[in-house]
Amino acid sequence: MTVMPAMELLEFARGPALWASLTVLLVGSLWRVAGIFRLGVRPDLAEPRSVRLLAGAMRGILVRMIPRREFRNNGKLGKWNGYVYHLGLAVIVFGYSPHIHFVERLTGLVWPPLPGPLVYLAAGVTCVSLILALMERLSDPVRRLLAGFDDYFSWFVVFLAFATGMGAIQSYAPGAAPPALYPMPLAIHLLSVELLLVWLPFGKLAHAFLAFGSRAATGAALTRKGAAL
Amino acid sequence: MTLQAHQRANTLLNQAKVPDTRTAVREFVAQIDRDAAFQLEACVHCGQCAEVCHFHIVTRDPRRTPIYKLRPLLKAYQRETAPFSTVRKLLGLAPPEITTQELHEWSELLYDSCNLCGRCTLACPMGIDIASLVRRAREGMAAGGFAPADLYKAAARALDTGSPIGVRWPALKRQIELQEEATGLPVPVDAEGAEYMVVLSSIEIIGFPEILGALARIFRQAGVTWTIPSAGFEATNVGVQIGSRDVAAELVSRVVDAAERLKVKCVVSPECGHAYSALRWEGPNLLGRRFSFKVVQVVELLDQFVSEGRLRLRREDVRRLTFHDPCQLARRGGLTEAPRRLMEGVSENFVEMPAAGDASFCCGGGGGVSAISRAEGLRFAAFECKKQQIEATGAVALVTSCANCRNVLEEAIEHYGMTLPVLGLTELVAQYLEPELRER
Repeated sequence: MTVMPAMELLEFARGPALWASLTVLLVGSLWRVAGIFRLGVRPDLAEPRSVRLLAGAMRGILVRMIPRREFRNNGKLGKWNGYVYHLGLAVIVFGYSPHIHFVERLTGLVWPPLPGPLVYLAAGVTCVSLILALMERLSDPVRRLLAGFDDYFSWFVVFLAFATGMGAIQSYAPGAAPPALYPMPLAIHLLSVELLLVWLPFGKLAHAFLAFGSRAATGAALTRKGAAL
Repeated sequence: MTLQAHQRANTLLNQAKVPDTRTAVREFVAQIDRDAAFQLEACVHCGQCAEVCHFHIVTRDPRRTPIYKLRPLLKAYQRETAPFSTVRKLLGLAPPEITTQELHEWSELLYDSCNLCGRCTLACPMGIDIASLVRRAREGMAAGGFAPADLYKAAARALDTGSPIGVRWPALKRQIELQEEATGLPVPVDAEGAEYMVVLSSIEIIGFPEILGALARIFRQAGVTWTIPSAGFEATNVGVQIGSRDVAAELVSRVVDAAERLKVKCVVSPECGHAYSALRWEGPNLLGRRFSFKVVQVVELLDQFVSEGRLRLRREDVRRLTFHDPCQLARRGGLTEAPRRLMEGVSENFVEMPAAGDASFCCGGGGGVSAISRAEGLRFAAFECKKQQIEATGAVALVTSCANCRNVLEEAIEHYGMTLPVLGLTELVAQYLEPELRER
């Protein structure tokens, strides 16, 4: 058995594996959305109280980003912890200089990075937040009952990508050139991200795009009735 | 309504005798359209719906988590029609087939433990309209014969007599005569060409017949013509509660036939939450055509009359009053402000409950739960949430605009040894009409 050298593995992760995972992400996502759209919907014949359905759909998408005032004080840690790891991951993915360089190489798009210490702080908070999310999933009777393979595997692929990224930081100084000395941690990080991309269209991580359809449908339906969103 | 549809409705009732899982699954799948699919797919299992559902709050039973109640619907969808379902089946990764035992278990979750109140819908961060999905799931349950026996019996009575509790025209006629005597005002029956046709709920006819006298006074002062049909007067619709579009369509068609026979401009839905949903929002879709008349809820109409100056109210009720929002009218029907304007119009001392209006708790009896005898204990337990909201106000009387809520609230108040009268909003408005106009 031959072991692929680190540089070859990195080339593979940056090349064929990356494009294959992006293809699966794109095709899988389109397949899932198209599979939903093909089910169709019957026209609603009831006289609407409001016909501003597009505005209702947009409002539905926006207002559900924050819990209603009446519901803010009841509930679980997860209601607020969800914001922490979503924002933390966003800071890491879109604000970390090496990630921006990576996107620039692929697409030509570039934007100013966030200060390194801020990203590292976000990484620490996100790590704790993700672990808390798993602990709550395991300890809360409601979440445990609702959970299945999808929930745990989705958590795993997100945390794996995060953890391997943390491991790869050793080979980086913020703002430095791409790693030459430690390609293996970077290759593993890339492959774990690619695993996440491959899984995303098929599991609950697809809420990244499905939530828009769900919120919009409910927003439009409730607006039609003049009901609260 | 065609004879064929009537037969389909009766077939459903026979189905209850021999539950059939395959029929239920077929119907589950038929219920999933684009919007429902987006919602079933978007759930992240966060459990926030549990924290706002009174059935979960009082029992802490995780099985009563609203989204969990949809498991059979979700499984049927994932097995049969969801994206990747074919591939999943080939790989042996599809959910297992739904069993008869499972559906018997879920009958209690989908019926006894859900008022279709939509509080969970309002709280879901993914925007999943869980109440609407439970309504769809009930179509499968009812078609397969897994709905509670009490609801099948109520549906059979409604199809046979026109009323879920067997109220026929002679009973209503007698109540009309008594109210005409009490008020000295006529209650027009089958008046062709009237502007407004009022339909009623059986609970009003039997339990709160004063509503007829109140309406006579209101319509007289408003100076508009109105009528009650001798056939098609029942507005409640057990079809939307049990989850049978055939039964629901049959019952809606009776009201529609009456409205078209009498050539009225507008049908007034009574103080009943689900009756409004059935006629106003589901009705045209159940019959597959738009109505030739408008549908308004009575509170909406009273508010309109007041804003037009047709009704003038005396703000003279000095009692500390609070208002209970019927879920299907407020949260699910968009009628949150109209009753408040009326309350302010008659009451000097109107106080709101905590989380009043759109986020208010259900009385516990909506969605057909009040008709399920086996659910009575759970219903009283769930009332605890409403009880806390009521008690926080210090009110001496509770007003509402749904006869079913009123009935359920009265029962629960008695159960808990409280001493709070429950009043109907329409009657309260009639009581505080300006005297000079009332006597015109």
